[in-house]
Amino acid sequence: MPFIPHTQTDVEEMLATIGVPGIDALFDEIPAALRTRALDGIPEALTEMQVGRLMQARAQLDGQPLNFLGAGAYEHHIPAAVWAIVTRGEFYSAYTPYQAEASQGTLQVLYEYQTMMANLTGMQVSNASLYDGASALAEACLMAVRAHRRSQSARILVPATVNPTYRQVAHAITAGQSLALDLLPYDIADGTLAFAALDALQGQDITAVVIQQPNFLGLLEDVDAITDWAHANGALVIAVVNPLSLAILKPPGEWGAKGADIVVGEGQPLGVPLSSGGPYFGFMCTRMQYVRQMPGRIVGRTVDLDGKPGFTLTLQAREQHIRRSKATSNICTNQGLLVTASTIHMSMLGAAGLEQVAAVSQAQTSALVEALTRIEGVTLAFEGPRFHEAVLRFEGKVEAVLEALGRRGIVGGYDLSGHYPELGNALLVCATEARTGEDIDAYASALAEIAGQ
Amino acid sequence: MSAIPSGLKFMDSHEWVRLESDGSVTIGISDHAQDALGDLVFVEVPEAGRMLDKGAAAAVVESVKAASDVYSPIAGEVIAANDALGAAPELVNSDPYGQGWLFKLKPRDIGELSGLLDAQAYAKVVEEASR
Amino acid sequence: MHEPLIFSYSRPGRVAAGQYPPVAPPLELPQKFRRRRRALLPEVSELQVVRHFTRLSQLNFSIDTHFYPLGSCTMKYNPRACNQLAMLPQFLGRHPLAPASMGQGFLACMHELQEMLKEVTGMKGVSLTPMAGAQGEFAGVAMIRAYHRARADLDRNEIIVPDAAHGTNPATATMCGCKVVEVPTLENGDIDLEALKRVLGPRTAGIMLTNPSTLGVFERRIHEVAALVHQAGGLLYYDGANLNAILGKVRPGDMGFDVIHMNLHKTFSTPHGGGGPGSGAVGVGQRLLPFLPIPLVGRKQEDTGQYRYHWLDERDLPQTIGRLSAFMGNAGVLLRAYVYMRMLGRAGMQRVAEYATLNANYLMARLRQAGFDLAYPHRRASHEFIVTLKRQEKELGVNAMDFAKRLLDHGFHAPTTYFPLLVPECLLIEPTETEAKEDLDAFVAALIAIQREAEQDAAKVKGAPYTLPVRRLDDVRAAKQLDLSYQSDRS
Repeated sequence: MPFIPHTQTDVEEMLATIGVPGIDALFDEIPAALRTRALDGIPEALTEMQVGRLMQARAQLDGQPLNFLGAGAYEHHIPAAVWAIVTRGEFYSAYTPYQAEASQGTLQVLYEYQTMMANLTGMQVSNASLYDGASALAEACLMAVRAHRRSQSARILVPATVNPTYRQVAHAITAGQSLALDLLPYDIADGTLAFAALDALQGQDITAVVIQQPNFLGLLEDVDAITDWAHANGALVIAVVNPLSLAILKPPGEWGAKGADIVVGEGQPLGVPLSSGGPYFGFMCTRMQYVRQMPGRIVGRTVDLDGKPGFTLTLQAREQHIRRSKATSNICTNQGLLVTASTIHMSMLGAAGLEQVAAVSQAQTSALVEALTRIEGVTLAFEGPRFHEAVLRFEGKVEAVLEALGRRGIVGGYDLSGHYPELGNALLVCATEARTGEDIDAYASALAEIAGQ
Repeated sequence: MSAIPSGLKFMDSHEWVRLESDGSVTIGISDHAQDALGDLVFVEVPEAGRMLDKGAAAAVVESVKAASDVYSPIAGEVIAANDALGAAPELVNSDPYGQGWLFKLKPRDIGELSGLLDAQAYAKVVEEASR
Repeated sequence: MHEPLIFSYSRPGRVAAGQYPPVAPPLELPQKFRRRRRALLPEVSELQVVRHFTRLSQLNFSIDTHFYPLGSCTMKYNPRACNQLAMLPQFLGRHPLAPASMGQGFLACMHELQEMLKEVTGMKGVSLTPMAGAQGEFAGVAMIRAYHRARADLDRNEIIVPDAAHGTNPATATMCGCKVVEVPTLENGDIDLEALKRVLGPRTAGIMLTNPSTLGVFERRIHEVAALVHQAGGLLYYDGANLNAILGKVRPGDMGFDVIHMNLHKTFSTPHGGGGPGSGAVGVGQRLLPFLPIPLVGRKQEDTGQYRYHWLDERDLPQTIGRLSAFMGNAGVLLRAYVYMRMLGRAGMQRVAEYATLNANYLMARLRQAGFDLAYPHRRASHEFIVTLKRQEKELGVNAMDFAKRLLDHGFHAPTTYFPLLVPECLLIEPTETEAKEDLDAFVAALIAIQREAEQDAAKVKGAPYTLPVRRLDDVRAAKQLDLSYQSDRS
């Protein structure tokens, strides 16, 4: 019996202690009519060796294509030590640190993580993480409504340059709470927020404005001007950022005159593999004045009975297990293990290392753009400053190009025609530091071949 | 046994009300309530000028193990809040009927006070609760 | 044992150079977008990083190192094979938006997982998308709400929750814009049916139940509850927190539930990771099928007989409650659950509930014999049970927290304390099926030793723990003098 240690003697002794004739008698409070007969849809058990063969075969079906796709999840080098430490049983198989004295390892990691994230974003406080970047944006919208007491509208402006899936998730999660998430158009000529749209809203009651930097199209928004506009109009600013980009880009805490109010994003680029989309982690940082409106776990440093420093979960009165129906959110878990990975990753790379990774990613994307736009019929859609993604235009359907690239073992990018049909045949491409010059050449020659057919 | 001063009015949700000589009322939480909550770590008081209905959630008191809404025992306008609690929430623990007051109201209808519990009736509520 | 903050090892200019990309190109960035000052991250060597975090790990209790009978959390063994196979390079390297044609292996696993979860829960459809139990709950209540709205039954916004429920239940209902109505529990642990009848009505959207309940007992009149709620026009939500107790024995679908969330990190043994990642797959009956959160995995049989797997999205489910994550939830966690279920197989799945229940009832019988008071002495334990230390608190001044902290000194993680809220001074104990009899016996011996110590030297117990990296921490100071990040003297 896999994973069950009982011998026949154990079972007999245990049943005798309980005073029942058999294990079945332990289920006598369950009405007989409800008992399950057989689980025909579950296959017979496999041994570890058998399941290993099965999974190896499945993995080989998926292969290891050359990846030029970003759109919210990015392939970066992860130091070998990161996951070797993360998968230590003491981190991997522990639970939420309810017994602080027996969880100082996890708690201290979270405190170090909070410190690093607050520094990276330029904000005062960080929570211990949320599920992912998209749900973190939804939580930020709900938090902004709680935090902004003078605004009655619960109206949040969301530019069309914010990741379209994030927008969908924010809608799904806030749907029950009568928020208005109003779409702001973008300037189709330069791929960033259309300022004219903001001017039309001057003087209205707006709870918050969302700004994604770099935006979904890889371009840099004029975050200073948008932040100042929002504050001048009495709205809070919710920043959605790629944490790696903050190694080179101005942190949200320094946007405009006063800085962003809530900062969220997807933590995956900091030490988490692509792994089909999860588990990743969402991060959230804010100003100290809003800390009690923040959802999720928060770790604080304090002292023990002997005056020795130690760490514990704090501000728990915001949370569901105490506040029940009045909690800031229903969230219980953070993404502890992924946060552990990112803390180790950030420690290993340091600010200088992350800066170099970000700079190389940006340079490789430029090299990719240069190589691909040399091919006839491929042009760069937007000239403005960007981080490590770019929009290319094609003469024909992008879908067909991607399929052809796929057959050559290349994941070529993200087809924008679904969410941004107005851009025509547009493809979002990405090259990080994990892509070499040879990789880029391989993409370019495959594409040239496809274009030439 | 917790202190229950005579002369105050109470709600069964453990708020107390004191009628001041100028016709305003002061509101706080009872000794029993502060004891049940434990050491307070945060108190949120209403802004002056806010209109409160009778029974409206007006303030929040928070300890490490619990958070509780404080309801307004009668209707009225908030004319003052105890800002000292921002830096020193422990005043509610050490002096719940004195320095630990939460907010003051200008009552809409002073007659509403008569509908509240007197000290004796509240003592019975506390006795029930601690059984 | 004490490990300084990573920042204390930091020295200007120290780098783990082997981890850097080989060249540093100049930035193509106008000045106004640039970061002006580097973030305060540590400047340390690779060995320092490894040593620091390895030492930190050693400050933790975990399933791999300690018996961890944390009630309602199902801290069972996390098989290593599940982790290793989910971390095959092809799975780790797969981009979530890569075409389905380049993910047939992964998608096949996900489709089979959907099918297996349908089978063990008795449901008609499953979405793997929710990223944790609480998000599964959210999906469930959001679907109930969407169902009533689709029928133009707009007044139904009340969610009934037993007073013993986990705090996420009412918090979820609020997040979905519903009003929470509590119903009391009877002294024997069953729900108060008369009280339930009084609150049911044209405003009832649904009821959220855990069965076995958070009190560790099976709700015997579940059929009556289901009939009453359905008659009133409401739907039944099954909180899967305690699914381990009945896995393969009773199916929530057969009990009359319309929707269920499963905590894969409990029942299906994926790691808890120090508080996540979780995974909260949801299953639904016929009525809620159109509302499932997307994406789902579908399949088509080709002429060759082979299956091709593909994503199902809003075009396939126009009434869906939508997307809850940027991609498809915690894929890596789902792979681990898949491997676990394949290793258990049909028979192994039924043994989970059997041996979890055997262990819980044995532990309960031993503690009863040792003189501890049970909260529900006349009931069978499910996979967990409650000891109440109200008597010890009154007579010796030693409470549940004190027992919990002293257990740590004995090398056992503490059970869940002070939950459920209905039982004073409670320990909610869940041993799980993967613990051997001698470990359960050692746990009983520790509790007996603490009881003796409490009788002779209560202060000793109240001062525990003594052998851990820190003694009891000042929670009040932590909440009043907030120290949430390290501040260096750098201005």
